[in-house]
Amino acid sequence: MKNDFRSRNHPAYWAFILHRMSGVALSLFLPLHFWALGQALQGEIKLQGFLRWTEQPWVKIAETLLVVLLAAHMSGGVRLLMLEFLPWRSWHKTLLALALGVSVAMGLMFLLSVF
Amino acid sequence: MSELTVRIWRGLEAENGEFQDYKVPRLESQTVLDVVTYVQRRVDASLSYRFACRVGVCGSCAMSVNGVSRWTCRTHVSKVAKDGLLEIAPLRNLPVIKDLVTDMSVFFDKWAKARGQFQGEHTRHEAFAQVKPDSKARKNVDAAIECIGCGVCYSSCEVVSWNADYLGPAALSRAWTLVNDVRDVAQKERLQAVAGDAGCQACHTHITCTERCPKGISPTAGIAGLKRAVLNASLKGEL
Repeated sequence: MKNDFRSRNHPAYWAFILHRMSGVALSLFLPLHFWALGQALQGEIKLQGFLRWTEQPWVKIAETLLVVLLAAHMSGGVRLLMLEFLPWRSWHKTLLALALGVSVAMGLMFLLSVF
Repeated sequence: MSELTVRIWRGLEAENGEFQDYKVPRLESQTVLDVVTYVQRRVDASLSYRFACRVGVCGSCAMSVNGVSRWTCRTHVSKVAKDGLLEIAPLRNLPVIKDLVTDMSVFFDKWAKARGQFQGEHTRHEAFAQVKPDSKARKNVDAAIECIGCGVCYSSCEVVSWNADYLGPAALSRAWTLVNDVRDVAQKERLQAVAGDAGCQACHTHITCTERCPKGISPTAGIAGLKRAVLNASLKGEL
């Protein structure tokens, strides 16, 4: 018999899900990122046109989500490295809260810079 | 007197079994093991379950209670059945023999696979080894040595569900106590046994084992220690 959601329902498992989902989402975004960079190879006009397109509010909102995902994946990874490579202590929930705080703060800072 | 509605897993195999409902009187300070014992003694004598000490020492009464693996002898009904409903099933990740009884063989075989046996080199004719109680290694041992082998961590571990060969939290935690045992002389063999896809590196640090351990042990801490020990030994070319 396998476990269901009730067994997994605790903060560190949610952190694992967030880390995995953000990683998958970022890897799906990567081809789009390279495509955007590739616009520079098509000449200045094409690149400028693309950059103007990214000025739309909904694109900025999507970029904010992207920044949050990046920050969550990075801070989640640092959290795991700290847990596993520093002397063990009962701080995994504190680290989790810090990682979450860093992710939200990064997103808010990005929002402040674009609007 | 109020009543509890208790759904208990009945069957010879996990896939062929089903939950059956029972009504059990709700008593003060009642444990989940009390509830199962009531059903077996007063309602249906064919119910199979496992227990021995009833006081949290032997580790034999662990079951899944409302979806979470727990030791039932020290789990009060008031803690887990706030709406008067209890769902009791066998431990997860283990073959079901009948009803609430699982075959623990694979669980304990993995302790042996992880080199969970102490191997010293002194005989009874030599002096006792002296291990300082405040040494770092001894403190690491103390943090994990109280394991009662109940299987709650193994049952809760998602990695065991994904990879049936994974040694699991209890076996790895046991190995960590021996890695820190300065008298043990099988350290290289032990690190080889716990390294690899079925060993400590397979742990995803979900920390479910630590969350669920009824003894307050953190197998995740031991597994993280093993990861560091394996890495250090690999960098030194010792593995």
